[in-house]
Amino acid sequence: MTTRIVELRRGILKKNDELAAGLRQRFADAGVLALNLVSSPGTGKTAFLERTLRELLASGSRAAALVGDLETDNDAQRLAASGAPVRQINTHGICHLEAEMVGKHLNGWNLADLDYLFIENVGNLVCPSSYDLGEKIRVALLSVTEGEDKPLKYPTLFNSADAAVITKIDIAEPCAFNRAAALRNINEIRPGIRIFETSAKTGAGMAEWIAYLAEERARVAP
Amino acid sequence: MHELSIVSSIVDTVTESLVAYPGVRVREVRLRVGVLAAVVEDSLQFCYGVVTEGTPLAGSALVVRTLPVMAHCALCAQDVEIASIQSLRCPRCGSPATDLRQGRELEVEAIEIEDTEAMA
Repeated sequence: MTTRIVELRRGILKKNDELAAGLRQRFADAGVLALNLVSSPGTGKTAFLERTLRELLASGSRAAALVGDLETDNDAQRLAASGAPVRQINTHGICHLEAEMVGKHLNGWNLADLDYLFIENVGNLVCPSSYDLGEKIRVALLSVTEGEDKPLKYPTLFNSADAAVITKIDIAEPCAFNRAAALRNINEIRPGIRIFETSAKTGAGMAEWIAYLAEERARVAP
Repeated sequence: MHELSIVSSIVDTVTESLVAYPGVRVREVRLRVGVLAAVVEDSLQFCYGVVTEGTPLAGSALVVRTLPVMAHCALCAQDVEIASIQSLRCPRCGSPATDLRQGRELEVEAIEIEDTEAMA
């Protein structure tokens, strides 16, 4: 009986990566800026996105959203109130979105009619970091209620992010949020990353965030 | 806990490759996993036996080689190993490590296969 070693050198998530590359090309061709929003459950992704959609639409931009959850379309209903086209992706137990789910839920949308596509991932700071969705920008969100050391606890996710958003800064004081420590920790994990400090409730920091989106969008659709 | 999905993908990847080697038995599957890949070896091992049952990988061993983060430090003009993923800095000069060259790998490096008697 002979044994042999066969070199494979194949990416385990190759299928997802290929689908994501296809999506990335579609987004680029259509000139739409795609963003993947990732955080723990309860960080306030939906509230932040709701406010973002409202502000973008009010300024005449065209934005749509896909929102991932294990069950219910509650978040899609909330987001749709902004007036933007929104679709819910129910993963039925899967803890992250995959490129195939995103591709399926884009059916019937003309991407060229959009400036921005937001993909709100399932609330989870671990698994979504492995799955490319074809986004241009991955946004890691962290609320002031979660603890300044969250980036150190979940380095794989924060290291894969292109931008970081701190949410709920309107309640930073009662939470005894240590802003300097939070900024330092994010920078230790992902040196030089753009960080936005926001409140979906008061609108603090939103102008800077919207300006950043416009800059990034101009890069994909000059 | 996406290790279950990951292990399913490993089974698919290896099964596809086995088309070129009909009738062999898989003894070992070797992975390369970067420390930033967000995959826990214990969870992989835990899922592996269950998921491979009834597949051509049944009974094989899973061997995981963990790869540290490597970054290119522009100041030191060389690739350096980052000891801790809690602080992505060059161990030599302390400057922020932004140009990562290794650490996100998640791949099947090789398989060890054995010809079976059925082939003889």
